[in-house]
Amino acid sequence: MDVTDIARWQFGIITVYHFLFVPITIGTSAIVAAFQTAWVRTGREEYLRLTKFFGKLFLINFAIGVVTGIVQEFQFGMNWSDYSRFVGDIFGAPLAIEGLLAFFLESTFLGLWIFGWGKLPRNVHAATIWMVHIGTLFSSYFILAANSWMQHPVGYKYDAATGRAELTDFWAVMFNKVQLVTFPHVVLAAYMTGGAFVMGVAAYLHLKERRQVATESDAPLYLKAVRIGAAVTLFAGLGVAISGDLQGKVMTEVQPMKMAAAEALYDTEKPASFSVFTWGTPDGKQEKFAIKVPRLLSFLATGSTSGKVQGINQLRDQYKSKYGEDPGAKYYSPGDYTPIIPVTYWSFRFMIGLGVFAAAGAALILLVTRNGGRPKGTWWPRLAIALPIATVLANSWGWLFTEMGRQPWAVFGLMTTQQAVSPGVSVFEAWVSIIALTLLYAVLAVVEFGLMWRYIKLGAPAYEEPPDHADTDDDRPLAFAY
Amino acid sequence: MELTTVWFALIAVLWIGYFTLEGFDFGVGMLLPVIARNDTERRVLYNTVGPVWDGNEVWVLVAGGATFAAFPEWYATLFSGFYLPLLLILLALIIRNLAFEYRAKKDDDTWRRNWDLSLTVGSFVPALLWGVAFANIVAGVPIDTHKEFTGTLFTLLNPYGLLGGVVTLLLFATHGAMFIALKTDGEIRHRARALSVQLGLGAAVAAVVFLVWTQAKTGSASSAVAFVLAAAALVSGIFAAWKGREGWAFVGTFVTIALSVAGLFLALFPNVMPSTTSDAFSLTTTNASATGYTLTVMTWVAAVFTPFVLLYQGWTYWVFRKRIATHHIPTTKPALETAGAR
Repeated sequence: MDVTDIARWQFGIITVYHFLFVPITIGTSAIVAAFQTAWVRTGREEYLRLTKFFGKLFLINFAIGVVTGIVQEFQFGMNWSDYSRFVGDIFGAPLAIEGLLAFFLESTFLGLWIFGWGKLPRNVHAATIWMVHIGTLFSSYFILAANSWMQHPVGYKYDAATGRAELTDFWAVMFNKVQLVTFPHVVLAAYMTGGAFVMGVAAYLHLKERRQVATESDAPLYLKAVRIGAAVTLFAGLGVAISGDLQGKVMTEVQPMKMAAAEALYDTEKPASFSVFTWGTPDGKQEKFAIKVPRLLSFLATGSTSGKVQGINQLRDQYKSKYGEDPGAKYYSPGDYTPIIPVTYWSFRFMIGLGVFAAAGAALILLVTRNGGRPKGTWWPRLAIALPIATVLANSWGWLFTEMGRQPWAVFGLMTTQQAVSPGVSVFEAWVSIIALTLLYAVLAVVEFGLMWRYIKLGAPAYEEPPDHADTDDDRPLAFAY
Repeated sequence: MELTTVWFALIAVLWIGYFTLEGFDFGVGMLLPVIARNDTERRVLYNTVGPVWDGNEVWVLVAGGATFAAFPEWYATLFSGFYLPLLLILLALIIRNLAFEYRAKKDDDTWRRNWDLSLTVGSFVPALLWGVAFANIVAGVPIDTHKEFTGTLFTLLNPYGLLGGVVTLLLFATHGAMFIALKTDGEIRHRARALSVQLGLGAAVAAVVFLVWTQAKTGSASSAVAFVLAAAALVSGIFAAWKGREGWAFVGTFVTIALSVAGLFLALFPNVMPSTTSDAFSLTTTNASATGYTLTVMTWVAAVFTPFVLLYQGWTYWVFRKRIATHHIPTTKPALETAGAR
């Protein structure tokens, strides 16, 4: 493997890993904030217990998201220095703004929230967790604006003298049409993930409580959380579907090859059908068996059931005449300007399939639990436990699809991935980096899941009146301490 | 003033923010095994920086992002060139940050010991390596005509670079001791204050040698002023600590670090990364910068939003201004009884 291979694997590993935690952070912070607000408003004990319980899980998760995020900030310069030189004038700005607007907000207010129990007035304290959540949204916006620019460069000119892309219109980058559909898609998927996380954890505890014969059972408390989580999952899921549909049409327009690769559509079709499942030769070039939905691809790609969808072979010729011979053709893919088709084909289906499964599952659970009380059966809590895993995997497949589907480009139409890598980094350095990070991340995963499991099993803590912030006794113990 | 100069200054400010704030976090982490004698005392130390360390660390992320946006060539050359030291810093920051978050989450001695070790090592490594990195940036490294770093890890481990590392290490340790003396009460406070004087004298010797060496290498009149004032602040800080004036002592090391970093940037200007291969290959504020348009946009963003950041970060320090002593540490086992308490 050369430096490009290693750098790509590293980017894939650490970015997918980072994004296992990020959507849970975004989604759960909103739900915890809502629980705490409900407690401040109603004073009902159950909301404080849910706030503290899910708040703890949120923090265990958030910690890993933060530390793996630090690596993200620096690895562009480390492994992708030619990329950084080429795009820094445009790409650096959203990154810097993300730090200034989002990271400061998140980390400062998180400190206030963690240690602020009994120190801040209750409504101010609840506001701090909302600030954390707003920080996560800012963060999403700017990093996705940067990514959208890679998918569809706008608001720039190429300067031959400096050999780089230069910013000409900041607002065009901020309101890139790819960004306007990607941001809602990703954030709603994060809400979906957060909702499913709350639902799954609560369903496990509900099942556990039901099995106990104790008089004071928390089963109703967890059932409430199940329903709240399920509702978030379902409604966010509908939004994910709508925004994803819009995204597909924009993608067909700006990156037609990605849509063709998503469907493994080799030759242009009008109308085009969507294959739910295809079993083909290992190189993905010939199909042996397929289940197809007529006209669906036309609709997904163009919004019309009779629209024309271009095939890989035609697009390859178009790209060649537009961009010249693919400089990375031999390196990346079976054909010029073609991503790895089985990867794009299956990742697209896994993303959609898992997302639909999660939303449908959430709908079913809402239905079963609609009358409250003690809904029978153990199948639905078991289903609820599976759904957060489905949403997390759907997120990963979505990113694998959109990033792999853009290949061989790093910046679509402007720079290939091979041209983006750091020329001065040695294979040895790149190996040290990927091995060290992967090993450390593996250890962290074990530690994180261990802690998460430990705290889930403990369940929601007993109600305890938080100390009054007006109590200025300097000698009382801290309400929270590390 | 040219926008490139403004951004050079702003990046200096971000690094000053980072080193003055996270500097004492590093100090607290490094001194954990030295100052604390039992578990409650260790928890006191963790909690002195508990609510603020994460916000302090963001300064380096913004410094990195701002360098990327304002001086893309500097960002690319620096981070791809100083690859292995930077990787070590990243690994160290990861284990250090998790030590804060995870240590109290399990009532188990081995678990706590491992995280204490992570905190100490994870504070020690960046405290040393940031100094090595900055000394090398100021002194210059081999850079070719394509703005690529052509040295190896061992290029960076020269006497001047290593001395730079020792200086930041000792300064941050002193700064941390001053901070502990200011933020705690009881025995720890006195122990920290006594230690801060001893560490401070060591730091002063190393820092003076390093700053004189820097001044002789690349200094300008303005950097000389900054260095002299930095040295004066350090001596005053140590004197204040000796006299028991902990607030002034902390201000002393704070100002020392701020002025030393400012002096290094002044010694660097107008280069951002000088080349030892040929002066013609040096990265400067002009040949490494982004376009005027990008700098203008970024200037607006910085001007509008930085005041808010300073305001709410300042507020956090106000909310958590009180000293912490062993009797403030809740006696219940953190992992079980207070599950969900955070």
